[in-house]
Amino acid sequence: MSKFLRKFDFLQVILILSLALLYIPIIVMVVGSFNASQLANHWTGFTLEWFVKLFNDRRVLEAALLSVEIAFLASTISVILGTLIGISLVRVPRFFGRLLLTTMITAPLVMPDVITGLCQALLFNQTRVLFGWPTQGGFVTILLAHITFTMAYAAVTIQSRMLTVDRSLEDAAMDLGAGPVRAFVEITLPIIAPALFSSWLLGLTLSLDDVVIASFVTGPGATTLPMTIYSKVKLGVSPDMNALATIILAIVGAGVIISNIIMVRAEKQRQLDESKAMAEAH
Amino acid sequence: MSTNHQTAHRNAKQDPEKPWLNPNAKPFVRFQNVSKQFGDFTAVDSINLDIYKGEMFALVGGSGCGKTTLLRMLAGFLDPSAGKVMIDGTDVNGVPPYERPVNMMFQSYALFPHMTVEKNIAYALKLDKMEKDERKRRIDEALEMVQMSKFAHRKPHQLSGGQRQRVALARALIKRPKVLLLDEPLSALDKKLREATQFELMAIQYKLGITFIFVTHDQEEAMALSSRIAVLDKGQVIQVGTPSEIYEFPNSRFVAEFVGSTNMFEGTVVEDTPNQVVIESASTKGNINVDDVGRYQIGQTVWVNVRPEKIKLSKTKPAKHAGLNVLEGTVSELGYRGNHVIYRVKAASGKIIMVFAQSQNRTEELDITWDDKVFISWEADGCIIVKS
Ligand SMILES: Nc1ncnc2c1ncn2[C@@H]1O[C@H](COP(=O)(O)OP(=O)(O)OP(=O)(O)O)[C@@H](O)[C@H]1O
Ligand SMILES: [Mg+2]
Repeated sequence: MSKFLRKFDFLQVILILSLALLYIPIIVMVVGSFNASQLANHWTGFTLEWFVKLFNDRRVLEAALLSVEIAFLASTISVILGTLIGISLVRVPRFFGRLLLTTMITAPLVMPDVITGLCQALLFNQTRVLFGWPTQGGFVTILLAHITFTMAYAAVTIQSRMLTVDRSLEDAAMDLGAGPVRAFVEITLPIIAPALFSSWLLGLTLSLDDVVIASFVTGPGATTLPMTIYSKVKLGVSPDMNALATIILAIVGAGVIISNIIMVRAEKQRQLDESKAMAEAH
Repeated sequence: MSTNHQTAHRNAKQDPEKPWLNPNAKPFVRFQNVSKQFGDFTAVDSINLDIYKGEMFALVGGSGCGKTTLLRMLAGFLDPSAGKVMIDGTDVNGVPPYERPVNMMFQSYALFPHMTVEKNIAYALKLDKMEKDERKRRIDEALEMVQMSKFAHRKPHQLSGGQRQRVALARALIKRPKVLLLDEPLSALDKKLREATQFELMAIQYKLGITFIFVTHDQEEAMALSSRIAVLDKGQVIQVGTPSEIYEFPNSRFVAEFVGSTNMFEGTVVEDTPNQVVIESASTKGNINVDDVGRYQIGQTVWVNVRPEKIKLSKTKPAKHAGLNVLEGTVSELGYRGNHVIYRVKAASGKIIMVFAQSQNRTEELDITWDDKVFISWEADGCIIVKS
């Protein structure tokens, strides 16, 4: 018994430690965003000053808008491309370079961001020399760079989902009169939709998160939100960035809570339906 | 309902019309020298088959003999490597599945998991752009037919195996295809449900007049359901015939052993008269008389095939008459099966002979038990010769 207790204590200590490790920095940041003092380690009173300052800062707002635009476009385009790659890898039995594509598609997943960023930067330099495009880094170059690496994630997620979809479902749809495209859109697509959505979310997060790759390929005038935060904080403590982080945290937190509630509700509804159907059957 | 099934069954069986015997009848489905290669593996090997309108045609054979491949070529999911597949007189090579007057019920059912029972069944009609009322009527009718109206709004994962199978059947039938392909339609069901569904299938087939082509592993099912059976082995058709032809007159050891139980005696022809052949066999330590009008060469190796229910068992020596084959043996095993008893009798040669004795009126035989010395006898017209 005592042995068990000691073990239990040990587990609890680990739990508390890891929670502390995870959440103390976040708490410090949130508290800092409401702290009247410039200095993080010194509480002088509650204020919303930093939030006001943040919303008056055009640079931050523009960066946020740019980040969101890029993230939306990059994740959407990468889901489309990833779906096409997933389909061709799973459905097309043999084509030139199939094996190469299968193995190479996962490479960006394990490649350090610095390398990916460097490669992209070098590529754009080359195309500038050869074709005169892009004249300078900016929105388009960041977008393209983000598409290339989020696409790899999307392709891998979608490919693995496609592998588990019973091929005979599409056969059945075609047998019942649907053309191949229609069979795919009406049968396979709805079945893999959750995977498409999660790889879209993943792409969105990865793109919003990225500072390294974007730094390599950007040019004058195009600064994403993470780059702004990074450059501001690099120059010294900046409580308005704490305020920004707090807002992002609130959005993410709300998103997680809402999606959980929706999921629990749907599950309850499903169980209700099922038991009702069972009751009818008897 | 069940009496209807019985009638339907009887009608289908008694139907005097046998289009395959009529040289002028046009087959509805025709496989003409069809082969299918996967790489250098031949899954289907120059198959010729004619299937007529309204038939209930069974494809049987061991695992991997090409049954599914044959159906998939007919449905349009595979193209033959050689030969022609014809439906209603036209070569359908290159016609995609969605343009063939053929529907298939898949081995795995392939129900759309994200659609309700009703939506699954309605899928084909939605593609047909049918009038709303008419569509609703057809769907309700189909649900009724397979007794799934109560479950119309359930998803496939909320159904039992038997219910899923019925939905799959309704979905395949909703377009009233000219040919319905069924790939082991009943294999997932337990015995009772399987038998009930066999009757339902026959009733539906009789009512709608659709040509059914079905694959089954279960030779009893093939016997019970089909107008004709094709026995396949290694991608080739070994024999095509009515259930009783296949059972009573198998053309080879493979067919005889595949369909039902049998006793096989290897031997050589020693005498060939116009109506009777005498075969000398080591496993009977003597001669076997077989009524057979065929021509054989003396010394030719053949096999005599005797079904277990054609054999009589007795403790006393049966009265000898011309053509009767008699052997002596010892009962080595006995199994009670309710409506019949299975005996395994060891003959003097050591060969085990299987005998089915009906439990009703052969009470004498039921007295026979383990280690009894018995006489086995069968008539010359109760067995047949196969040459391969
Ligand atoms: N796409 C394919 N590629 C390669 N070989 C195949 C393919 N499809 C089938 N085969 C082979 O062709 C042979 C016949 O297959 P098929 O599925 O027609 O058998 P079956 O008679 O339906 O068997 P079962 O009773 O087990 O369902 C098998 O040996 C199988 O391995
Ligand atoms: Mg099969």
